[in-house]
Amino acid sequence: MGKLTIGTFSSLVGSLSLDFAVKLSQAAVNKGHKVDLWLSGNATMLSKKGQKSFKDYSSLAKTVEELIATGNFQITACEACAAARGYHKEDTMEGVKSHSMDWYLASTFDADRVLHIGGD
Amino acid sequence: MATKRLAFVVRSLPYKTEASRLALTHAIASQSVEIYLADGDLVEASIAFIGDGVLNCHKNQAAKHYDVTTLEGHMKNTLLLDLKVLVCKEDLDRFGLTENDLLMDAEDIGGETNAQIVPFSEIAKEMESVDHLLFC
Repeated sequence: MGKLTIGTFSSLVGSLSLDFAVKLSQAAVNKGHKVDLWLSGNATMLSKKGQKSFKDYSSLAKTVEELIATGNFQITACEACAAARGYHKEDTMEGVKSHSMDWYLASTFDADRVLHIGGD
Repeated sequence: MATKRLAFVVRSLPYKTEASRLALTHAIASQSVEIYLADGDLVEASIAFIGDGVLNCHKNQAAKHYDVTTLEGHMKNTLLLDLKVLVCKEDLDRFGLTENDLLMDAEDIGGETNAQIVPFSEIAKEMESVDHLLFC
């Protein structure tokens, strides 16, 4: 089975690109692949704990928690991007890691495919 | 020992969104990626500006109005680190921009590498030669 690295700058709720990244991660993990999901820029919003689900807005927290529980999914937020938005360690969803940008580039090293969604 | 090559392809306008800034900072982060890799393994990044993205390369940017660092400063750091920086000639022509309008080097901070204005065909070659493409 392969490894997919996905990086995204797209915001939670405000853009469906982040939903696409999570749904693609889910599809890949369900097929037995490993996925690294990198959240940078506005995408770090997905790392925030306490997200509430409303029917009018897309909701990804539960899916992310389920993916983390599989052991085949790593989700990491850019620590500077998150801190600049006021998301600190105590605000972060359990299981979401925090690293600098070089973590993402390192993840691409042994990835079979890299998908980068570089906009909102 | 292996090297993986990445190319960041920037199409986004400067300052309108964070995308082009993040492309530059991610490319610069390739310089410290070894801490996560086995000895001898490397990730190399290049960066190409196409479409509206060429406007990121304009010199004399005055981001003081936003009280943030300029993309010009990040461009200089990229050149200081000897990363390959390509700028699409056809798109510069479309905006009526020439080499004189662009930040082409980082000599003032000790850089020895220059940005290269090249036809899109050269950027396409770069895109074909790398392992992974990252559009921003």
